[in-house]
Amino acid sequence: MQTIPTVDTDKFNLAQTLEDWPQAGEGFAVPYSLFTEQDAYTAEQERIFRGDTWSFVALEQEIPEVGDFKSTFIGETPVIVMRDEEGGVNVVVNRCAHRGAKVCRSLRGNVPNLECVYHSWAYNLKGDLIGVPFRRGLKGNGGMPKDFDMKQHSLQSLRVEILNGLVFASFSSSVADLETYLGPMASAAIRRVFNRPIKILGDERQRIYGNWKLYAENTRDPYHASLLHLFHTTFGLYRSTQTGVSKMDDKRCHAMLTAKAGSSSAADDAEAYADQRAFNSEFTLKDPSLLKGRLEFEDEVTLVILALFPNLIVQQIANTLAVRQIVTYGPKEFELVWTSFGYVDDDAEMQDIRIKQNNLIGPAGLISMEDGEAVELVQDGIQSDQNNVSYIGMGGGRSEDADHLVTEGTIIGFWEFYQNIMSGERKV
Amino acid sequence: MPISNPSVTIDPTLQTEVSRFLASYAECIDTDRLEDWPEYFTDDCLYMLQSRENFDRGLPVSAIRCDSKGMLVDRIVSLRNANIFAEHFYRHVLSIPLIHSVDDDNIVVHTNYVVFQTLLDGASRTYSVGRYIDTLTRVAGELKFKEKIAVFDTNQIATLLVTPI
Repeated sequence: MQTIPTVDTDKFNLAQTLEDWPQAGEGFAVPYSLFTEQDAYTAEQERIFRGDTWSFVALEQEIPEVGDFKSTFIGETPVIVMRDEEGGVNVVVNRCAHRGAKVCRSLRGNVPNLECVYHSWAYNLKGDLIGVPFRRGLKGNGGMPKDFDMKQHSLQSLRVEILNGLVFASFSSSVADLETYLGPMASAAIRRVFNRPIKILGDERQRIYGNWKLYAENTRDPYHASLLHLFHTTFGLYRSTQTGVSKMDDKRCHAMLTAKAGSSSAADDAEAYADQRAFNSEFTLKDPSLLKGRLEFEDEVTLVILALFPNLIVQQIANTLAVRQIVTYGPKEFELVWTSFGYVDDDAEMQDIRIKQNNLIGPAGLISMEDGEAVELVQDGIQSDQNNVSYIGMGGGRSEDADHLVTEGTIIGFWEFYQNIMSGERKV
Repeated sequence: MPISNPSVTIDPTLQTEVSRFLASYAECIDTDRLEDWPEYFTDDCLYMLQSRENFDRGLPVSAIRCDSKGMLVDRIVSLRNANIFAEHFYRHVLSIPLIHSVDDDNIVVHTNYVVFQTLLDGASRTYSVGRYIDTLTRVAGELKFKEKIAVFDTNQIATLLVTPI
């Protein structure tokens, strides 16, 4: 009998892919296989989402009262964020210590304690096991082993740190404290937006059929903004001729893009966009109340996209304030959860402005909807040729900050960090 | 919300008129006559497309929230000229409109909807399932939406949402 050899010459090898990172001359290249291979995705769950990082899990305002909980995910791992009797915030893996059932089945709510429906194992708001039915048996029958120790069977509890109301959690015992991890740039940007008590205005959930890292690229990419999102261009909300900066933290895993409105002239724009398909600053809105807003920050910055590794974007676009959380569902699918908010001290008009401007953002946002499309265009495009690579070069092809927006430097920063953390070379 | 009493007699002519109005609204969108879409609304209308998650919590954030006919027109102009999205077709399927109340000015009517979306790959997918909570009024004798709140159960907007529901 003749055996037919299996062809494995093209089999994806993560370690080798990371080690033999492709060169692209002056620019930078990313192997397409990292967007498509299950092995890469599985390793990311371990080394990134359950590794030496801090993931965003909630806004404290989502769970203001004792017993309030929210169920969410870190990467693909289900977690519960809850507030205990002392006012502390705890994050536990949403998995019963008994047989692994999901303990919490609601998106949010208020409970005195958690109880698994399967065998009614009960946990307090810190995740400690407090009740096991028939633990000592029933009428002399059954019961747990004599040496069963309740303390050894709590829900898996994560490290938790809160910065100005943003709750982060980590599976790692060795990752640095949150503020060191975020670095001064990101910490300051968070303090700027979360400078006083917030009021949550609602959530939006968008399902994008592409790899989560394509969205990490997208939110570190000021180059695309005025070219893909034509609502910006058409109405002069934001243009590449505007003053803006694109910068990173020291580790180059977090990135921040900022811009100021109204700092470019119509003539500058006409020149810059002369060859572009739909530039038309003559375009007018029938109801311009959509764009009515207030300059609310002293620095006059009207656009901030703060992308935090690995799963959060904090945004200020005009008067819309939101966090966008990335939840992964395999190498080719992720969810984007948008939570919009204002401030407790917003006057009625300010709240109306934020609610109306929300038309600009989210999955149906006039200036943000295309990001989902762009991610899927790439995912579809690279699917058939996984040995190929992308080319990233705008701004010089290096992971450098820029005092303009015609750059892809922050995307490269992301990939260099990714390469290191995935290879286990860098301590965070 | 009052419980609708099906024994309350609704003038069959009105039921037919409301049903035809909703069917016509859906056909307008499904046949891509989007420039006509704002004409189904009053000038000072409210059109809201909101997740059940926010609706049930009384939170204001909506996928789309237009509080004038002008904003509806702007949405369509943006769809035609500015926004980038995959070519697609919608197919609305509506339930029998349940008229909840009728007074001199307003007709309150609830209707379930399903929107199937077909992309160029040819597959039809359940894109949005939800209900309309509509307040109709008459302008020069013709029915118009004074308020149209589309509350969607389907709480994962696939890729993006550009065409109204």
